[in-house]
Amino acid sequence: MIKYIKEIFSDIWNLLLGMKITMINFIRPKVTEQYPENRGKKQPFERFRGELVIPHNENNEHKCTGCGICMINCPNHTINVITNQITTEDGKTKKVLDKYMYDLGSCTFCGLCTQVCPQKAISWTPNFEHAVFTRSKLVKQLNHPGSKMEEKKVAAPAAAPKKEGEGNETNVQQ
Amino acid sequence: MLELDKFIEWIHSSLLYLIGLDWVVSLIEYVLIGVAFLSLYAVLALILIYVERKICAFFQCRLGPTRVGPWGLFQSIADMVKILLKEIIRIDKTDQLIFKVAPFIVIIGSFCTFGALQFGRGLHGVDFNVGLFYMLAISSLGVVGILLAGWASNNKYTLIGAMRSGAQLVSYELSAGISLLTMVIISGSLNLTDIIEGQANAWYIFQAPLPALIAFVIYLIAGHAETNRGPFDLPEAESELTAGYHTEYSGIQFGFFYLAEYLNMFIIAAIAATVFLGGWQPFHINADWAASFNGIMDCIPTWAWFFGKVFALIFLSLWVRWTFPRLRIDQLLKLEWKILMPISLVNLLLMAVWVLIF
Repeated sequence: MIKYIKEIFSDIWNLLLGMKITMINFIRPKVTEQYPENRGKKQPFERFRGELVIPHNENNEHKCTGCGICMINCPNHTINVITNQITTEDGKTKKVLDKYMYDLGSCTFCGLCTQVCPQKAISWTPNFEHAVFTRSKLVKQLNHPGSKMEEKKVAAPAAAPKKEGEGNETNVQQ
Repeated sequence: MLELDKFIEWIHSSLLYLIGLDWVVSLIEYVLIGVAFLSLYAVLALILIYVERKICAFFQCRLGPTRVGPWGLFQSIADMVKILLKEIIRIDKTDQLIFKVAPFIVIIGSFCTFGALQFGRGLHGVDFNVGLFYMLAISSLGVVGILLAGWASNNKYTLIGAMRSGAQLVSYELSAGISLLTMVIISGSLNLTDIIEGQANAWYIFQAPLPALIAFVIYLIAGHAETNRGPFDLPEAESELTAGYHTEYSGIQFGFFYLAEYLNMFIIAAIAATVFLGGWQPFHINADWAASFNGIMDCIPTWAWFFGKVFALIFLSLWVRWTFPRLRIDQLLKLEWKILMPISLVNLLLMAVWVLIF
């Protein structure tokens, strides 16, 4: 009998505790983003995988060698790397990047391409506004027109310390 | 000042002056009252749906409807237009007559309670001598409609939902009835006017603090269970029974069930406010030094008191609804038969002793 009464009081206390927690949530600031109104005021977090890009430095140079490892690793053929064979001054044939085609429409944002890239030439930006009017506009060329590969000796200004972390991860996996 | 009883008297006297015939005036007034109640019913449903969505969103750290009108105020109106335009799908192999009648029974059950509710001083449809009994009886009529809907739909989910609803309502009606009976002991009358007049100086919950408080809590729990909402929403447990008894309904037929559910919430809160919190009576302190305070309280119109109390109780019910997880059917019946029912019987006795002593 005493146990029965005790149980009732402890249960009521527990229910009140639960109600207290919901009341705290009730008066807490709300997390809803009112998107079109707050456009540009708030960015998604830094590591958000919004869109694949090839970072270019100020001389319009990128780090992509056109090796095509990202293309091979892409699970659904989102990336198409088109390369040219050129002959350098000292008579060597060399493969250079012609077009880096990226189909946003079939990308699942898995991030395998950035993980496997040996040059860390591609990375993600948090841009999430992808809406276009036709599907063909979703296929994008990532290397800027007229850009060329960055020479090895030149220090990479665009390389952030974050990417080194990613590189370490890749090494571990390999 | 802002009381509506003067306005109603003015309508009555001007109708009498214009027409002169007593029975014609009565007839016109019946129609007017019917229209007033119908529109009150519809408007309350819209307000309640909006309030529910907003409060539910706030409990979940969201903002709720914000797009239709300022702060999403017209959202429920847009929903109403949508539901009126929807097709009523005719389903084969149902019991056609019962299938069509069931939503009307549910909505009539909740609408008829409005006749006896007292919304303010002189603001009520009928003044029964057994008003409280009538309200209990008519508001539990809805379960007949729910059972019929579940049976006529010819679907196992609806049938299970309806049976659960039946078991739930039959169980919880007992402790709800007993806790109201506890208050009838102190008021000495089933007439709602008498019950409210008896609380002019102090609400019943303050007149007999201990037994009235226990009865109040038990009535809120049992009433909450009767509305098939919150932690007691087994009849329409979405994850188990798709939508329970109204799975097969569409368009305005579904709208009737939806409306009746929200209005039942209002009715339970209104009965609780009437019996425990003094109905439309302002908050008074029964002492000489509080005369000016009582005077200030009297300035607030009585209908505002009534709706304020009712919406406070509705907020409590929503708070509970969005806090607790759904009970299992055995837990539900255990809560009623092993906990609420014995406590309310003991409480009935306690109240009788209390009234004898004080």
